[in-house]
Amino acid sequence: MKRLDKELRVMVVDGLGGPMTRRGFIKRAGAAGLLVGASGFLAACGGGETTTTTAAGGGGGELAKELYFYNWSDYIAEETIPTFQDEFGVKVVYDNYSSNDTLLAKLQSGATGYDIIVPTDYMITTMLGLDLLQEIDLANVPNVANLYQRFREAPFDPGNKYSIPWQWGTTGIGYNSVKVPDFKPSWDMLWDEKYKGKITMMNEIRDVFAVALFRLGYSPNTIDPKEIEEAKQMLIAQKPVLKHYTSDTYIDELASEDSWLSHGWSGDVLQAQMENEAVLYAVPEEGSLTWVDCMCIPKGAPSKYTAEVFMNYIQQPEVAAGITNYVYYASPNEKAEEFILPEILDDPQIYPPQEVMDKLTFLEELGTDTELYNAAYQELRAS
Amino acid sequence: MARLRGHNFVVANLLMGPTMLWLVLFLILPLGVILVYSFGSRGTYGDVILGFSFDNYLRAFNPTWLPIILRSFGFAAVATILTLLLGYPLAYFIAVYGGRRKNIYLIMVMLPFWTSYLIRTYSWIVILRSQGVINTVLMWTHLTSNPIEILNTPYSVILGLTYGFLPFMTLPLYASLEKLDKSLIEAAWDLGATRFWALMKVTIPLSLPGIIAGTLLTFIPAVGDFITPDLLGGPNTMMIGNLIQQQFLSARDWAYGSALSFSLMAILLLGIFFYVRKAGAENLA
Amino acid sequence: MSPSTSSSTTTTGAVARRRKPRDQRIKGKGLRAYVAGVYAFLFAPIVVLVLFSFNDSKRNATWKGFTLKWYDALFHDQPVLDSLWLTLRVAIIATIIATVFGSFAAYALTRYKFRGSGLYNGAIYVPLVIPEIVFAVALLSGFNAASVGLSMKTVIISHVAFMVSFVIVVVKARMSGFDNALEEAAMDLGANEIQTFVYVTLPFMLPGIMAGALLAFVLSFDDFVITFFNSGVGNTTLPLKVYSMVKFGVTPEINAISVFMLLVSILMVLASYKLQGGPPTVVVKDKIKE
Repeated sequence: MKRLDKELRVMVVDGLGGPMTRRGFIKRAGAAGLLVGASGFLAACGGGETTTTTAAGGGGGELAKELYFYNWSDYIAEETIPTFQDEFGVKVVYDNYSSNDTLLAKLQSGATGYDIIVPTDYMITTMLGLDLLQEIDLANVPNVANLYQRFREAPFDPGNKYSIPWQWGTTGIGYNSVKVPDFKPSWDMLWDEKYKGKITMMNEIRDVFAVALFRLGYSPNTIDPKEIEEAKQMLIAQKPVLKHYTSDTYIDELASEDSWLSHGWSGDVLQAQMENEAVLYAVPEEGSLTWVDCMCIPKGAPSKYTAEVFMNYIQQPEVAAGITNYVYYASPNEKAEEFILPEILDDPQIYPPQEVMDKLTFLEELGTDTELYNAAYQELRAS
Repeated sequence: MARLRGHNFVVANLLMGPTMLWLVLFLILPLGVILVYSFGSRGTYGDVILGFSFDNYLRAFNPTWLPIILRSFGFAAVATILTLLLGYPLAYFIAVYGGRRKNIYLIMVMLPFWTSYLIRTYSWIVILRSQGVINTVLMWTHLTSNPIEILNTPYSVILGLTYGFLPFMTLPLYASLEKLDKSLIEAAWDLGATRFWALMKVTIPLSLPGIIAGTLLTFIPAVGDFITPDLLGGPNTMMIGNLIQQQFLSARDWAYGSALSFSLMAILLLGIFFYVRKAGAENLA
Repeated sequence: MSPSTSSSTTTTGAVARRRKPRDQRIKGKGLRAYVAGVYAFLFAPIVVLVLFSFNDSKRNATWKGFTLKWYDALFHDQPVLDSLWLTLRVAIIATIIATVFGSFAAYALTRYKFRGSGLYNGAIYVPLVIPEIVFAVALLSGFNAASVGLSMKTVIISHVAFMVSFVIVVVKARMSGFDNALEEAAMDLGANEIQTFVYVTLPFMLPGIMAGALLAFVLSFDDFVITFFNSGVGNTTLPLKVYSMVKFGVTPEINAISVFMLLVSILMVLASYKLQGGPPTVVVKDKIKE
């Protein structure tokens, strides 16, 4: 019991991804403590470590004592994990990472132990190609029906055989509306000499090339060497106006106005916006990328069934909405709409209007052709 | 110094034993795996297809990468020289004038590094950026009218490297200087030498092992550093550490990354060999 | 430290009484000022770090106002405290192992010339020249191949693997020039090998060992790449925690932790100084009096 209490506290605070006020904490700890005490007592009475779930239909199985969840940092709401622990009596061990690539490298080298990971769409294709993921028994995840149709037939995993979406977002430009009064929603802004030294691009091979390819009118998934070469030349021409390449420090830089135009992800720019109201986000009209992070079960996961139960739980409309309401990304769960804060649902920065959605593409894994991009990117950075 | 002690061959090996065992098990063997990778090639999704080809090594010496390698060596060299200029007087002061407070001074050198590396670098960003501490002071005192762009330049990278590796230079220097027999220096003074002369002819030669150790422990890790150029650097400050890091992560070309690494390692080891030889190998046996 | 001969005492005494030439006295002050400058350089970001631990903002970017809430948050943030504790445990254990092994190895390499010492000497530089990510991936592949599960133990093992070389290099620098005559004198006077080592050689090595240990500790404490790849589920060290926060904002809570670490270190140093009533090592060398 005592251990459960401690773990609950751990999960509550970690789930915040940030500090809580003392009063808030005590209130929650008290309430949660009661719940945990009650459920723990029941679980103990119920004959030890196993309970069957009522939420899922077929499949069935035993719930494990612990679930190992590996997710991006600060990508969950306060109550998501504690409520799960209450409902199912499973302790969740929550670890974080901050890059798809390091996640993959770790899995590739043979690290196991996690039940759920949350890679981004194109990474899922890669992981499937490397045979790192397990197929999900959807009978245990009936809430998958709550998803928008386009996430049920996503190009990287039609039918959700290996992935259940978590949150989705877009890539675009974070800009300072005060310092850049002549802002147009176009990738051209990132080449504007007027703002030399105040522009940043992401430190990601495919994303960087996608920008140039969109600007040239090509597909971000092209494998035509001529098109890639053109994009590369365009990017090399951009270097003199760049402050630097970064995938994360641009949030701080936008907030502190060290950068006025940053290539970035929607939720990140909104983080900066919370610090500095002048920062806004826009999706360029030439087109841009959309991405979705999904829960997957890696091979060698100790508790597959429990992971599936967790995934099902996440797709309960209130739970999915809860996450969005906290992290300010968009939810792939259609039924969650009625529980999402209106200011998020109506915010075009988070839920772009249909005409913008039409111009968004997913990045695709290109297999051996990725080498074209790798080589071009290195030439870009070396020049 | 090192005299042949035949009958203590056993003792020597016993002393070396644990270290060697550790290194063989947890270093040489795993490296063997990576070495095998370096002769392979990249699979469709970034796995390694084992094979036997020198392609990756040929790519490693592609002239396009030359700027990156040269830049890394350049930055590291400048940073090493700077740490020497900063660290030698510091180590000298602690060793010679430290007295009873010697260890406190030493720990004070390390104290800043018992914080998070990332936060220290962020703090440098706060100091160096266009509205940071330095620029605010400069503008306020009217020394400049426009902010100076220090951040995201080669200068900030070198600054970051110098800062980060200062202890790696200072501590070996201290270890070597501390055993210096002060009477030798005093004797030089008595004989009429100026401080400068005594420094050049007595102190520095005697502390050479420390200088060699310090430069090695600073230069080598600095060449491979990737965090400093990442956070403090600009679009043109990519170093070889970044390149190698990328191969294992975003480019997912472990075969090539392995070849790059071994090429770098070979160059460095060769360099160390000649450096130690030239700078007085007898001192380091 | 080697025991100084009696002549140095009288020399010092004699020198102290003689007035130093002007340039030497000025240079003395110059040295102090220069060293103060170096310390200022070392602590510059720390001052900022401490300041920003009171920043009323979720990020470290701009100053928004004074608050103590991050310290409050820190003491209620169990995961962060746990990670700090884990990091310390790993660093201390790894440092002890690396220092002991490394000191022995350094001693062997400088005192004895034996077949294979050339090879050993080369081998210790290998961990230094390997790029961190290669080391990390190699180790992980190795553990995987041997079916060793990742845990705190694998983290410690990984740390020692790269720390031991640093210790060896530092201690070797210390040991070079060590005069065998001292050991022989001790043995002539009747000490056996072990006694000689403990009472003659070891005190000499001690500053080098301490320097090496300090360096090693920092290496372990701050390590990210190798730890990330070789830690098991739930083994989140402080660097891992901090780096995972990079994406969404490294809050000033981490500054608060750093300040906390600084305070604890300073207190420990002061305490050990008071307890021993002076320096831990026997001072047998005179310092040059200005």
